[in-house]
Order: sequence, then C-alpha cells, then structure tokens
Amino acid sequence: MVARIDLDLAHAYGPNPQQDSDYALLPLKMTFQAGGAYALLGPSGCGKTTMLNIISGLVKPSHGEVRFNGDIVNDKTPQERNIAQVFQFPVIYDTMTVADNLAFPLRNRRMPEAQIRQRVGQIAEMLELSGQLNQRAAGLSADAKQKISLGRGLVRPDVAAILFDEPLTVIDPHLKWQLRRKLKQVHQELKHTLIYVTHDQVEALTFAQEVVVMTRGRAVQVGSAEALFERPAHTFVGHFIGSPGMNFLPAKVQADQLLVGEHRLPLSTPLQQRLAAVQSLKLGVRPEYITLHDQAAQGCLPARVLRWQDLGTSGLLTTECAGELLRVRLASSHAKPPVPGQTVHVQVLGAHSCFYDNEELIA
Amino acid sequence: MTLKLDQISQTVGAQTYLHTLDMVLAPHAVTVLLGATQAGKTSLMRLMAGLDLPTTGRVWVDGQDVTGVPVRERNVAMVYQQFINYPSMTVYDNIASPLRLRNDKNIDAQVQAMAKRLRIDPFLKRLPAELSGGQQQRVALARALAKRAPLMFLDEPLVNLDYKLREELREDLTQLFAAGEGTVVYATTEPSEALLLGGHTAVLKEGRLLQYGPTLQVFRHPQSLDVARAFSDPPINVLQAHRQGAAWTLDTSNAVHLPQVEAQHPRVQLGVRASVLRTEPREGDVGLQGRVQLAEISGTDTFVHLDCGGVELVMQKTGVHVFDIGANLTAYVHPQDAYVFDAAGALLHAPLNLSQGGH
Repeated sequence: MVARIDLDLAHAYGPNPQQDSDYALLPLKMTFQAGGAYALLGPSGCGKTTMLNIISGLVKPSHGEVRFNGDIVNDKTPQERNIAQVFQFPVIYDTMTVADNLAFPLRNRRMPEAQIRQRVGQIAEMLELSGQLNQRAAGLSADAKQKISLGRGLVRPDVAAILFDEPLTVIDPHLKWQLRRKLKQVHQELKHTLIYVTHDQVEALTFAQEVVVMTRGRAVQVGSAEALFERPAHTFVGHFIGSPGMNFLPAKVQADQLLVGEHRLPLSTPLQQRLAAVQSLKLGVRPEYITLHDQAAQGCLPARVLRWQDLGTSGLLTTECAGELLRVRLASSHAKPPVPGQTVHVQVLGAHSCFYDNEELIA
Repeated sequence: MTLKLDQISQTVGAQTYLHTLDMVLAPHAVTVLLGATQAGKTSLMRLMAGLDLPTTGRVWVDGQDVTGVPVRERNVAMVYQQFINYPSMTVYDNIASPLRLRNDKNIDAQVQAMAKRLRIDPFLKRLPAELSGGQQQRVALARALAKRAPLMFLDEPLVNLDYKLREELREDLTQLFAAGEGTVVYATTEPSEALLLGGHTAVLKEGRLLQYGPTLQVFRHPQSLDVARAFSDPPINVLQAHRQGAAWTLDTSNAVHLPQVEAQHPRVQLGVRASVLRTEPREGDVGLQGRVQLAEISGTDTFVHLDCGGVELVMQKTGVHVFDIGANLTAYVHPQDAYVFDAAGALLHAPLNLSQGGH
C-alpha cells in the first residue's frame, strides 16, 4: 500500500547530543504525502542520505519516530516496511536476462508467473527496454544497466515507497534528461510515493513536486521549484538554488526607510509594518531581478562595476554594492556593456525582493 | 611565452588520437580546449606540456624547438581532475614545495598570500586528507599557481566537485587568470565554463581541431554545425530546410522566409540556439507546434524539451516555469535569429543581432 510517511525525529550517531553539531539530523517534523514525488537536496554532509536511510530502515533514528500510514516503524527492516530502493550504481545480475532481472523482485514474493510477465512487460515498455528483454544484462551499456536497476525498483506494484539515492550519477549527461523524463512519467502513471536524494539542483527541481533543501543536518525549506526560486525560506536556499545564487545586502529599518550601507531606500507601508520590529536584516534579491539605471533613481543603489562577463546568451555583471558583492544578470546584447570602475545604479527593491531576519525569510 | 604547434599529429597503434593540426596559443591568456570526452583535449594538452611525444610535427616554445624535451625540463604547472597533493605534507608544505625546489625567497609570505587568495589559509597546518574535495583541489591549484610557471595546464579541474563549489572555484580561477601573466590551457566539456572563463577557445571533435579563436567569436560565429553543436548547452536545435521555388519549408512543415540564403543552395540546415526560442510570438516569427516532453528546471533557467512532429527541440526560458509532460506548446523563433549551415554543415550566415528570448 502506498505510504504516507511522517517523520518526527532527530538523529545523532553519538550518545547524548548537546549541541547542533552533534546531530546528523536536527529535530524535524515532516510529512511525505502518499503518492507524492519528493527530492532531498543539499551539499555533501547535509544529512540527506541519513534521512533517506532512516526512512528506508537502514538507520534507526536516535530520537523520535518514523510512521508509515500512522504506524510506528522504527524497529522494522526495509523488507518489513516494504520499501524498494535504487542506488547510485546498477545492482543487477549480469548473468540473467533483462526480463529475469526485472522479474526477480516479483518471483521473490511468489507472484504468479502470468502476472509477472504482464508486470515486467509494462515496466519494460515504460523504460523502453522491451526490445532487450531477452538479452543478458552483462553485455549492456552502463545506462541500460541503470535503467534495469530503476525497473527493478519500480516493478513491484505493492511497495510502500521507492527510494532513489543519486540514481543518475553513472548516466551520460546527454541521456540524463530522457531518464528524468521517464521517472516523471512513471510517477504520473504509477503514483508511488517517491523520495529521491541528490546534490544536483536540476535533478531535484525537475523531478520533484516538493523539494526538501537541507544544510548541516537541517531541513531549511520544503517547497516547489517555484517557491525555492521566488521565495527562499532561508538564505541558504537563496544561495544554493540558482547559478549564481541570490544576492544578500545587510540592511536596517528606520521608520519608513530601508538603510543599506549609507543609502536610504523608501519602503512601502505594508513592508514598513512587517519589518518594523526587526533591528537588522538582510535584503535578498536574485541576479535575474535586478535592473540597471544610468541615473540615480528613487529606490536605486549605486554600485561599482568589478567585472562584466558576456556569456553569449546572457551577461553577468559583478559589482560591489554597499560593501557586498552584488551580481546582476542582463541580456548579453546589452547596448553599452558597463566597464570596471564605472558606477551603475541598481534597482534592488521590487516584487521579487525578500527580507531575512537571522537567515529566515520574514517578508 | 609563446607556444606553437606545427603540423602535430598523434597516433597510438591503429588509433588516431589527434589529426594533423597547427595552433599558436594566445600568449598571457586562457585557452579553453572544449569538446566531448574522447575529443582529444587531454592528448593535445599532454603534447603541449611535453608529457607525450607527437607522432609527427614540432612543438615550439619562444622560438625554440622543445619537441622531445621531457616535462621535468620544461617549466610548466599542471592540475588534474583528481585532487593530487602530497598526502604526507601539510597544506602549507604542499604549497611551499615548488618554491623550496627553486630556493625562492619570501616563501612564507608567498604561501600565506596564495592560501589567502584561494581561501584555504585556515587549513595550512592540516593534511590534505583532512580537507573536503573542494579544499583539496584548492591546495592543488595553489601549489600550481605558486610555481608561477609561464605555462599552466588544467585538465577538467572542477569536474569532480559539486556544482556550487564548482561555481565558487571557477569564479576564483577566472580572477586569478585575469590577474596573472602566465599562459593557461584549460580543458572542459562544458560550453558554459568556456564562456565564463572568457579568453580563447579551441573546439575539438574526434581528434580534430575544428576552430580556434576568441571565445565569444567562436561562440557567435561557429564555422560549422559541429562547432555550434560542441559549443551549445543545451544542444543547438537543428531544423532542415528545403527550397521549393522561392519558398522554404522546414522539416516541421512550417513555411519560412530565408532571404539571406543564396540561390545555389537547394537545402540548408538552420541552427537555433535554445535561448532564442520563445513562448510569445513576435512579428515575423515562425511558430513550431509541439508537445512538451519535459521541463528541466535549474532555478536560473527552465529547459523545455519539445517534440515538434518528430523534430526534437529545446527551449531555454529564464527562471522557473512549470509545463506538464504532453502539454501542447508552440515555440516561436525569428528566422533571422537562426544560423544557416549548408547541407555539409559549413556556416553560411550567422545572426547579426541576436534578439533575446527567455525573459
């Protein structure tokens, strides 16, 4: 039965964790809805693999509970939880045919042969392996082998959830998008609960309905690709999503104005109210949402040009603004490319501006 | 420092690694060797460095024939994909080693300055194994840079790092190269990396040097469809066009005006970069109707894969956009934004002023 998975736990590898750094996973509460497609995204060491292993049952959390459809499963093995897993590298039997590899998890559970044939045929069709069903796995390319691994993970109709640990690492870059597409289609068809671990933002944002962004043992945001890009809940998300990531400028609120360095910007009334109680904050704005002005206009900050990089299809302007690095993404066919040393005026306040107090989004 | 390759080729057994080529490296600048795996980047770099001997041809450095002069007698620095450091030496000693070898003065000040520039100064007393991958590669870079060799080779130095680390380190390198006086050769498979590094780019394919010139010039004026393909990420879209009288028809069945193509060509290939395809029509556009195969989201951009009646296209849009698999979508392009290649793939016309899609 497709599982809803609830986590209310923390995990430390040593006894008696005292401070944040003692935890591999800081206390968190999270729900993976039945039939949802999720990605756990973050740099190495962020805790994403620990979380995956806790869900699968390979690791028992030191504190709290894992629930599948409401039942506590802390002490249950991956088999008892009815989890299917796909790993970084192909896990298949080289001497068996593709069909027998796909059938293996079903034969293990004594499914009738007629049903097995039907299910194997269905999965092979989805993954475009139908033409190779009678070939031995040994002679196949790395891509095809990993497709069989994916197929073995997807073949059982009754699993509670399917977990993927960086499954496209070995896939040729040119073929990756096709497998991403396959995985998305398979999810739309089979409606399993899918949880996918990756450090690759494209992989996570493309595959998942909801992405869990993690850093240093903490899940800092759970949201759609759009939410992570437009409204990063934490400065880490703003930095990590997007290339280059979000710009941050330290600022203070003074009555109806925002003080950035020595410059004052007018604040709208709703913003004044929402930011009133905050002493010092960070203004976050993405390079894509900054506009340039020749003259000092209202709401603009002066910025000193450090570098202009024409990247062919877009241009990247690196400036210093109020003592911070500020990057601006422009069209590459910019009429007059700014030159180093020049002062430009950047519009940083707008519908896409975000405000952070203690690294958390407040407005 | 000038390095000149004169009629160089390399064959190993029955296999040709490099077809005969001439090349004069742009002095005091970065040259990016761009190409897929097996294109010949590493082979070419090893010949330049003196690690391997060419089968034919000569290598000249500052007017001197250095063909056959082994690498240890040539003043070059190298950085590899793998993070290669002296494992039993501290970070400090790793960076200091090339300076000690030549009995340099002010070693301490130089090590401190280099470590600071690469942001590894807090780790000087540690061993490489105690550092993260990104920090280890910074140590290797610091040691190579400290050598201040007139020629520096980097063979896909960032490929084994997470993308955020790659972004940071690439930024550092761009600045170091811009500030330095050395001649740098940098191999990569990624077009975006070549564009970020700037300088000059040599495009390689299957052991052949296809084009060499200032990076943006090669990007904007690829001499062939092969160069345009190697220098486009996502892949450049290719549409076949046939002439019927004065009218042109694309393999997507669209009629298209190509006044720029001379009469002698019955058939041309249009190269359309993903960034000039748009979802909003403009005057004079051709609309390519298709179905969404997948929208890949990087955050900064969304790459929409479309199937237009058997012709596969990729469209790049700035920001995050959600498209359902199977949805109908029309990609618009102005014919003047397309590169025109002849049937054999040679460039006939490059767009003059690329209008920008995306935003």
